[in-house]
Amino acid sequence: MALKMVKGNLERMFDKNLTDLVRGIRNNKDNEAKYIAQCIEEIKQELRQDNVGVKSNAVAKLTYLQMCGYDISWAGFNIIEVMSSNRFTCKRIGYLAASQCFHPDSDLLMLTTNMIRKDLSSTNQYDAGVALSGLSCFISTDLSRDLANDIMTLMSSTKPYLRMKAVLMMYKVFLRYPEALRPAFPKLKEKLEDPDPSVQSAAVNVICELARKNPKNYLSLAPIFFKLMTTSTNNWMLIKIIKLFASLTAIEPALGKKLTHPLIELISSTSAMSLLYECINTVIAVLISISSGMPNHSASIQLCVQKLRILIEDSDQNLKYLGLLAMSKILKTHPKSVQTHKDLILACLDDKDESIRLRALDLLYGMVSKKNLMEIVRRLLGHMERAEGSSYRDELLYKVIEICSQGSYQYVTNFEWYLTVLVELILLESGSRHGRLIAGQLLDVAIRVQAVRAFAVNEMATLLETYPVTAAPNGGTMQEVLYAAAWIVGEFASHVDAPERTLAVLLQPKPVAGHIQAVYVQNALKLFAHLVGEAVRQRDVPAIDRHCRTLHDGLRSYLSSADIEVQERASSVYFLVALLRESLGGRSETTDDAAVGGLVELTADGDGTTGEGALAPAPPPPPSPPDTAWQEIEQIAGDLRELFASELNPVAPKAQRKVQLPDGLDLDEWINQPPPPTSGDASSADGGSSDDEKRFPLFLAETGGRGGGAGDRETNGGGGGSRSYKRVEYTQEELDKMRQARLLEQTNNPNYLKPAKTKASGGDYQQQPNDGYDDIPIAEIALEVPLQIHSTKRSDKYLLEADRRSGGKGVGSSRKAAKGEGAAPSGSRTGKSKRHGKKSKRYADESDTESDDPKPLHVVNTVIELPEGAILSDTEDKNNADPNDPHRALDIDLDAPFEDDYPASEVKRTKQHSVMLLRDDKPPTVDRKAAAMAVANSSRSSTTPDGENKAKKKKKKKEEGKRKPEVQEDPAAPAMMLMIGEEEEEQGRAGQEDEAAKRRKKSGRRAKEERKGKADPSEIEADEADEKKKRHGKKSSKHHAHHHHHHNHHRQGVVEPQKAGYEEVQQGGGGALI
Amino acid sequence: MIKAILVFNNHGKPRLSKFYQYFNEDMQQQIIKETFQLVSKRDDNVCNFLEGGSLIGGSDYKLIYRHYATLYFVFCVDSSESELGILDLIQVFVETLDKCFENVCELDLIFHADAVHHILSELVMGGMVLQTNMSDILARIEEQNKLQKQEAGISAAPARAVSAVKSMNLPQQIKDIKLPDLPQAIKDLKF
Repeated sequence: MALKMVKGNLERMFDKNLTDLVRGIRNNKDNEAKYIAQCIEEIKQELRQDNVGVKSNAVAKLTYLQMCGYDISWAGFNIIEVMSSNRFTCKRIGYLAASQCFHPDSDLLMLTTNMIRKDLSSTNQYDAGVALSGLSCFISTDLSRDLANDIMTLMSSTKPYLRMKAVLMMYKVFLRYPEALRPAFPKLKEKLEDPDPSVQSAAVNVICELARKNPKNYLSLAPIFFKLMTTSTNNWMLIKIIKLFASLTAIEPALGKKLTHPLIELISSTSAMSLLYECINTVIAVLISISSGMPNHSASIQLCVQKLRILIEDSDQNLKYLGLLAMSKILKTHPKSVQTHKDLILACLDDKDESIRLRALDLLYGMVSKKNLMEIVRRLLGHMERAEGSSYRDELLYKVIEICSQGSYQYVTNFEWYLTVLVELILLESGSRHGRLIAGQLLDVAIRVQAVRAFAVNEMATLLETYPVTAAPNGGTMQEVLYAAAWIVGEFASHVDAPERTLAVLLQPKPVAGHIQAVYVQNALKLFAHLVGEAVRQRDVPAIDRHCRTLHDGLRSYLSSADIEVQERASSVYFLVALLRESLGGRSETTDDAAVGGLVELTADGDGTTGEGALAPAPPPPPSPPDTAWQEIEQIAGDLRELFASELNPVAPKAQRKVQLPDGLDLDEWINQPPPPTSGDASSADGGSSDDEKRFPLFLAETGGRGGGAGDRETNGGGGGSRSYKRVEYTQEELDKMRQARLLEQTNNPNYLKPAKTKASGGDYQQQPNDGYDDIPIAEIALEVPLQIHSTKRSDKYLLEADRRSGGKGVGSSRKAAKGEGAAPSGSRTGKSKRHGKKSKRYADESDTESDDPKPLHVVNTVIELPEGAILSDTEDKNNADPNDPHRALDIDLDAPFEDDYPASEVKRTKQHSVMLLRDDKPPTVDRKAAAMAVANSSRSSTTPDGENKAKKKKKKKEEGKRKPEVQEDPAAPAMMLMIGEEEEEQGRAGQEDEAAKRRKKSGRRAKEERKGKADPSEIEADEADEKKKRHGKKSSKHHAHHHHHHNHHRQGVVEPQKAGYEEVQQGGGGALI
Repeated sequence: MIKAILVFNNHGKPRLSKFYQYFNEDMQQQIIKETFQLVSKRDDNVCNFLEGGSLIGGSDYKLIYRHYATLYFVFCVDSSESELGILDLIQVFVETLDKCFENVCELDLIFHADAVHHILSELVMGGMVLQTNMSDILARIEEQNKLQKQEAGISAAPARAVSAVKSMNLPQQIKDIKLPDLPQAIKDLKF
């Protein structure tokens, strides 16, 4: 027997231990994978032995391999074996492995409950400590429920080490099992005044985390925290408390008044930067929350801003970063105080540190004025050219648009400049992810600023022609601008200088996405309608014929498009043209044949598809048609124009959602019979392209809105939720009356620009198609140097002009800057080199008052259409919080008398979890299980969380009704209920999805029928802005790491007193932070 | 809350990874890789805060890191943590390591990854800061090491001897020498 043990020991000696493993891996760099595979085999052998020491050695090695990326979950059972060892050494290894590879959904966890319970009550405090540390990483809902009481007991252990750990552990329990919060809260509160500072700190930590999401429930603790704040010397805890106060004052301004004084005192007394910074932050939060009526309000702001300036000016980049971060908080409420430090912030734009530049960019938003917008934007464009890392460049692009478009373009004085900037951005960042945003801006400006419409249209025509479609790398969405460009060109066809050429460009087949092609086709038709209309007016039969042929030929490639939307539109247009050609007098039999003969045939027929048709020498003009035929032509042309005649006005964001649903319209009802599941294949058979069809659903939320129809908006409306719509039905008379009233209002409203005919509509198309391409007119600027179409920095000339103007006014300081420029030829591009030189001077000029702000050259149309009676507001979007956030379930009123709800006897019985479950009246949304539990328990639930939608509520009620008797009969069967609840929930969800799909489908169809609401750039913009904000944090993909090779890292001390740390206070007593 | 603590060297080799939110192994490796790429391209004299790990966190999360000689110590935290406080915490962590390993270097972290984990667990528990006072931390670690030694006791002496021998860098072959099957040998002796 003894010999056997000796032998076991001896063998163990020669097993590889962790050190051997690591050394082996390092010695086998060339075939590491093979070596590790071999080691894992050995480990498997070791795990099969009985000796727990051998096993724990194996598990320790596995833990290391886990860090290297190897999945070790297969050893889960062995890990639990090692955890259950009586020896601390093994236990520690086991819990470490478990904390690294177990997760709350592990099935194995159910095996651990009793073992962990045993460890928690171990006489050795380190057994319990190790168990708590491990448990904190993998605790599941079941474990939380089963162990809540044991952990709560540990909160009043005699050992501070365990109290501290147990307090922290409770937070994890709350997250998984919100029901534990109420019974545990009194104890937690008690720990705030624990004699041991570490326990205190842990309790503060937990309450801070809880209060961060649900501050109102912890207001009653403010006095305790106030006391702690004024007495404690533990900087770490002070920071937490001060952070907590920041979230409390947001809901209770009165608290802020009391706080200001001690905080200001702390600011001036503390030497620990970390504490100072958090104090400033909280003072800012206080100042934001309280009304400006406070006497020394501005003094406090001044103090904060001054302190922050000191931070920003510090040579320590960390402080600079934080200073900027805090500034951005002040900016929201006190922009004026920040604006005085404009120089400082603009200087940070040139910092070498990207983090700091990004922070400074955030602040820029508040720094712009009418006066300096152009200059700031030019600087950003300059940055964009130089910056590396596409994500940073994208961020810059986003910021440019953000600062220009803020407040309905309130700082943009010259929209020609803005359009030029947008075009520059497009050409600069072909790989950008913000293509939609730019497209939205283009549409918005073209629609809302009538004065630059002609300019916009021709810019877009040029863009369409010159944009290198193939250049877009994957991931970029810049192609979207073509969507906007095509739409603008078509919609405002009368402004196009060379419509024939543009028509040809639209008809050139380009490798762009389907929804963009669809817009190309649609807008080619609009352009065509315009051209034909003009030609008919002039009775210019050859021209009509020419246009017909151009369109007819150009459409061929679209007819065979893989995208069904493109194909459909192209076919419609194709036959429309065929109709017109027929009336022109039988000259087009050949093509008619082809058209009638079927679409497939056309694909083979590749000649004359491009714009050459327009440019080719005109064929002998057809004989003038007889009068009857002419009337027919006139009729058709008139109808065509009629199709696109009415003016489109911008629509308010979410306006569609506010349209009331008429009585008797049930959006959930199918219009047609729902297609059988296999119908996709059937329909694709005639469409001819099964794959693509599936890939591009007709009313894809993304593309639908851009598809010329109003699909997107309608979908938004329909998808907006299951709110019930009610709508007043108007009679035709009433509608007319309202329309007249609106028109009257528009005429009286000075902000509303009446549609002005800017061009004599007959003139331009008569020019020969070949001339006039290169002189896209740029209004108001006399240029000696002819502009090349897409030179870099065309936008600069607007800046120069603005400078000239202000210089002419004779304002002393700005004249200097203007003079610098005046020396250069007043040509379009003054060269970049010069720009850098004058930077500093320019910023010095900007401190003067708003009074000499440049006058806006163009006015933005602020009239947006809304359904009658609706108000422009965003109230619907309150509840966009993450529904999976466990904190939602932790929103529990802790001050309400607890004993009434839970008689003491029942609290004791939380171990048998059924009682707690059934009596709780909170609908937790932690996860499906919890939700199902809540369903079972919601018999007394009167308040549902805001975010719960109606459907869910309804379902809940239904289930509740079903389940209630069961609950009362057998309160001890939670497990069974869980299962049922889960199933039903799943079914319910599936049902909901079905409904949503139905709704989408229907609303999409409705949208297609109405052409109204087509132009809705403001909504696109708003939606996209939201989206962008979400994506705010981003990573740089470009990686240019400089590997610093430190070959001599043997025994080279790692700890160098590099940074002094931020804790000048290292007072005795161990209270001070670190 | 702290979401993850990563230590890797100048080449991106992980030396310690602690995730307080579950990610599978592949994801963990990707996060380490991404974090390394973000952090390593930054100069030493720029600020120690970094936004925008796309894999971990989201907009509320920040990377706070320090670079010591060959190692990066990176904490991924949300907005409830104080930035400067976490920087100090990293300093405490490293100084504690320095005390425990007596002039710590990367090799210590390589060969004693488990010990580093045990030390870390005295500073941070489940993503929340447990203890920032270094003397307390050291005392706890010392007590637990003592406990471990007691358990090992006499029986561990030979193992320690062997590990000392191994550390002498004897050729790997020694491991291939199989001990004779002891009971069998004893049986043979009886004859």
